[in-house]
Amino acid sequence: MTATDPGVGRIDFYPTHQHAGYKMRAGKPFPFGATLVPNGVNFSIYSSSATACTLVIFDKGALTPRAEIPFPPEFKLGDVYSMIVFDLDPETLEYGYRMDGPWDPEAGLRFDASKILMDPYARVIGGRDVWGVVPNWDNPFQHRSRLAFDDFDWEGDVPLQIPTEDLIVYETHVRGFTKDPSSGVHFPGTFAGLREKIPYLKELGVNCIELMPIYEFDEFEHAHVDPDTGTVTHHNYWGYSTVGFFAPKAGYAATGALGMQVDELKTLVKELHLAGIEVVLDVVFNHTAEGDHRGPAISLRGLDNKTYYMLTPEGYYFNFSGTGNTLNCNHPVVRNMVLDCLRYWAAEYHIDGFRFDLASILGRASDGTPLSNPPLLEALAHDPILAKCKLIAEAWDAGGLYQVGSFPAYNRWAEWNGKFRDVTRRFLKGDEGTVPELATRLAGSPDMYSGRGPTASINFITAHDGFTLADMVSYNDKHNEANGENNGDGANDNNSWNGGVEGPTDDPEILALRGRQIRNAAVMLLTSQGVPMLMAGDELGRTQQGNNNTYCHDTPLNWIDWTLADKNADLLRFFSHLLHFRHAHPVLRNRWHHSGYDYVGSGLPDLSWHGQQAWRPDWSPSSRTLAFMLDGKHARGGSQPDQTLYVAFNTSWETRGFELPTLPDDERWHVFANTSMPSPEDICTPGEEWLLEEQAYVLLGPRSSLILVGKPPSPA
Amino acid sequence: MAFDATLETTPDAAIITLSGELDASAAPKFRTAIEQAAESSPARLVLMMQNLDYMASAGLRALVFAKQKMGSSVELYVIGAQEAVAETIELTGFQHSVTMQSEYQPV
Repeated sequence: MTATDPGVGRIDFYPTHQHAGYKMRAGKPFPFGATLVPNGVNFSIYSSSATACTLVIFDKGALTPRAEIPFPPEFKLGDVYSMIVFDLDPETLEYGYRMDGPWDPEAGLRFDASKILMDPYARVIGGRDVWGVVPNWDNPFQHRSRLAFDDFDWEGDVPLQIPTEDLIVYETHVRGFTKDPSSGVHFPGTFAGLREKIPYLKELGVNCIELMPIYEFDEFEHAHVDPDTGTVTHHNYWGYSTVGFFAPKAGYAATGALGMQVDELKTLVKELHLAGIEVVLDVVFNHTAEGDHRGPAISLRGLDNKTYYMLTPEGYYFNFSGTGNTLNCNHPVVRNMVLDCLRYWAAEYHIDGFRFDLASILGRASDGTPLSNPPLLEALAHDPILAKCKLIAEAWDAGGLYQVGSFPAYNRWAEWNGKFRDVTRRFLKGDEGTVPELATRLAGSPDMYSGRGPTASINFITAHDGFTLADMVSYNDKHNEANGENNGDGANDNNSWNGGVEGPTDDPEILALRGRQIRNAAVMLLTSQGVPMLMAGDELGRTQQGNNNTYCHDTPLNWIDWTLADKNADLLRFFSHLLHFRHAHPVLRNRWHHSGYDYVGSGLPDLSWHGQQAWRPDWSPSSRTLAFMLDGKHARGGSQPDQTLYVAFNTSWETRGFELPTLPDDERWHVFANTSMPSPEDICTPGEEWLLEEQAYVLLGPRSSLILVGKPPSPA
Repeated sequence: MAFDATLETTPDAAIITLSGELDASAAPKFRTAIEQAAESSPARLVLMMQNLDYMASAGLRALVFAKQKMGSSVELYVIGAQEAVAETIELTGFQHSVTMQSEYQPV
């Protein structure tokens, strides 16, 4: 210790107790977890019903503990055990707890002092350091709590705070994005690999990347192992099953073997921010990897089962998540854990927002009843540290609660708009009776979000759950046989259409039709009010061969095939131009819903609906046409002048003529995109739209869409 | 291979030559060398890594420590890092904080 060490002279940095050669003193109950303090490590752990607690210390990777230190009774305050242990090496330290207490499942108590439990606040978790390396199942402590360091140099980085209405979200899986050899990156399937693809994301035009779960999970949970070969055929690939909420998945880091996943992930976030791309995490607080009563005791089950999980009066696990257990999110202690966790990710990792898997569970009381004023959702909405973070709910759960449009939002939460997905798909395949609802969805769902504005609506047509966009236009039915559940898993209401042949085909007409349908979907998504979300790979025409629930495949079925970027270069070009077109036109990105009136005196209303006749939309059940016009002078409430846009859809099997609304004298309609044209005439570079010859009328081919821009013709 | 860190001071730089494997057990030795180097208040800290075969997280932490200990005005040079070591530095983003060179050439 040098003379400048701030620890000198402070009595709280000296031991008062000893156990088996380890020096300790009473710890600080807050914060929970293991925290570096001068000369030692502060351990703090909560349990409302344990009778005794022992800290178990390991050297990194060792099968047997180095030491076990019982918490002296005087180190317990309330329901919290806390202790500073001096002279530990934080680099090699792994730790866990033994909790003593009654085994009485009917009373919700499942204490078992023979088990070593992981700290639910562990910032780093060892045990699954490299993805797919089969663990030693004889290890008595599979998921091992470790310390993290807060010394990362952010070099001035701050979260971007891009206005929500300006976002284009890109949902992706860290491993699947670059695991395929065709990705050409140095570290396939990792945070570092994703970092190498930042130029691609920038060129594509997304400004927000939503990462499927990156909290530590166990890819071997429920793994199928071939008894003859030892080969693992089914992984928990998606990762919607959390082992630890505070730790990044080590197996997603090229440096996971060194325990450096924290730094690698922070580096990814920092460089995404430098490229103007926000990072949203898909977080899973509805259940954990401990499963039902047959599952492993990893952490919460053995620490304080009845606090952390929703239990039936008989002591069984409620199952609103469809996965065995349900986190008791509105218990004050659990609520605090969720808050602590999100604050930690926002503060320590500079995360820009969170998407909550099965978020309706977060609004249920301990007995499962939906709460009218759920304290957790309210606390998150008003949290001072999360104040600028995007909060996005998957506003339903597996217990039958469906809250799209009615999620307790506190004027803060956005929602995955499942209704947008459903009606756009139905309209696309030509279903009758869809036009009125389609219009409402394209307008930002004012029926559901009138008080919240279109930014409450995360618009999407595809997501990880369900068909890819290419499969949506290539399959009538799901083909999930590879999942090993007799095709019984995955959704049946896909609203998909194969165009005449199920699956792959050489028929050029069907292929052309599918190509148009993909583009039509893209046009709907990118010209809608609200926040568009794409699934990674849709811009490349990625297929999952008709599988709409690929949660368990760590194979090319789930990995992006980057050769598609050449093979389907025309489609990638279409998407990229469309994304940049959205960024170029504020009239597409309003914070508030349109009124249908002309409140700036331009002569046109902010938003108007049209059909084959201008100003006369066809709302009838048999209608398969819809067009709308956005007046540029009304962009963002008239605050940001833009050009006027006209967008038309024809999902019938015949060519339809559309009468065009008249523009002011000096303006002419120009074509930006027309999906009935073959590439490269299907779309042009934003700003280089070509003049439409006939200004009053346009023909739109079967199952096609059109985007026009009103502007003065450029001098010849 | 056993880790070693030797310090040499010149009028304008402190040079630490590393060899062997820089893991958790070796890191304290490295930190001691950094603390000694800091006492001479050099304008640059040069880490010769040609003979460093491996660096664990503890080694990288020691680099972070060096950067913080010396202050932001002191240039930190990493010289001749072998591929695996250089990769670790790059993957964790620490290459932004240091000047990495194959041979020492003060900028």
